[in-house]
Amino acid sequence: MAYPVRKILFSPVVDNNPIILQVLGICSALAVTTKLSTALTMSIALTLVVACSGMAISLIRHHIPTNIRIIVQMTIIASMVIVVDQFLRAFAYELSKELSVFVGLIITNCIVMGRAEAFAMKNPPWPSFLDGFGNGLGFSVILLTVGTIRELFGSGSLLGYTILPLARDGGWYVPNGLLLLPPSAFFLIGLIIWAVRSWKKAQVEKAEFRIREMRQPTETA
Amino acid sequence: MDSLVNLFITAVFVENLALSFFLGMCTFLAISKKIETAFGLGIAVIVVQTLTVPINNLIYRFLLRDGALDWAGLSSVDLSFLGFVSYIGVIAAMVQILEMFLDRFVPALYHALGIFLPLITVNCAILGGTLFMVERDYTFAESVTYGLGSGFGWALAITAMAGVREKLKYSDVPDGLQGLGITFISAGLMALGFMAFSGIRL
Repeated sequence: MAYPVRKILFSPVVDNNPIILQVLGICSALAVTTKLSTALTMSIALTLVVACSGMAISLIRHHIPTNIRIIVQMTIIASMVIVVDQFLRAFAYELSKELSVFVGLIITNCIVMGRAEAFAMKNPPWPSFLDGFGNGLGFSVILLTVGTIRELFGSGSLLGYTILPLARDGGWYVPNGLLLLPPSAFFLIGLIIWAVRSWKKAQVEKAEFRIREMRQPTETA
Repeated sequence: MDSLVNLFITAVFVENLALSFFLGMCTFLAISKKIETAFGLGIAVIVVQTLTVPINNLIYRFLLRDGALDWAGLSSVDLSFLGFVSYIGVIAAMVQILEMFLDRFVPALYHALGIFLPLITVNCAILGGTLFMVERDYTFAESVTYGLGSGFGWALAITAMAGVREKLKYSDVPDGLQGLGITFISAGLMALGFMAFSGIRL
């Protein structure tokens, strides 16, 4: 049986993006985007965890009793995250200090649970792996965009290399301090959602409440 | 005592889990359409947070930490790598026990909170609170205060957000921003407001 590999892999990037459409995984997405390097590490870690846990859960999907499936999924995901965390501590200690608790929070990242529940429990291992990988990519795209904007305009550098020479070091660029503060991530994601939805009209949500057009008061007899 | 009060205030306002660490954002955005439901979820988070952070504190200090097994004569054993699995296990178990306890003894509260309890297991704010507690090496008294304070801060944030969103649905928002987009931007504005508590450092 052939699976639409390209569709499974790329539809989560734009058409069904985990962050901006499914509203999953925002928790850890916003806090690690002050710098591109942390955003990049987070993206790679999350993509690996989603893809591998999807595959592992899908392999044993016929043996998991439905009542305790959440605990089983949690245990599998938590084990993957422990591996990632120990790896980061061993080979990139500085980065793992900067990410602090957010590596551990991949466990409760809704993308991982959401994909395990919605896709991996019903599909064979290989498509589940691809689906996890695709969703990881969709997550990464948003994370890297936000990370690039925040680091470039907030501190004038990318991955630690100076791109825009800062005014206080004798350059010309006056950095925008707001972008280094947490709230700016909200604004940026809000604006990204606006941009994507203006391009893909189908994603626009319907208003719950419409203000009626103003009507000219008519003469009543 | 002074330091505990300080810790509480810091956990509620300055280090608000929702608005300055973005924890529990998925539920924060999904369940904040109505004040009553947001308030119910907020109470459930306070309860679970106040229970799990101290329990995980005990587990960390007496079972997992480097040299923590001294009392059992195993002073060279370091189990801290098992942290994530144990904490999430404790949280899932606590939520389950709480659900059964409420169902048996306080049915009224169970009916009010029941639907939110399963959601809380996967709420990053709960696990986040525990992980911050471990990272900052709190004592038991501090962990109780921190659990209560951070839960309270989260509840405050989601109730305020629900209030804003209830008014927001009457406003005329551009099509692309409708729903999720404008929610993000208003959450950003609220986060800016909360930063005033720490004194904005630009």
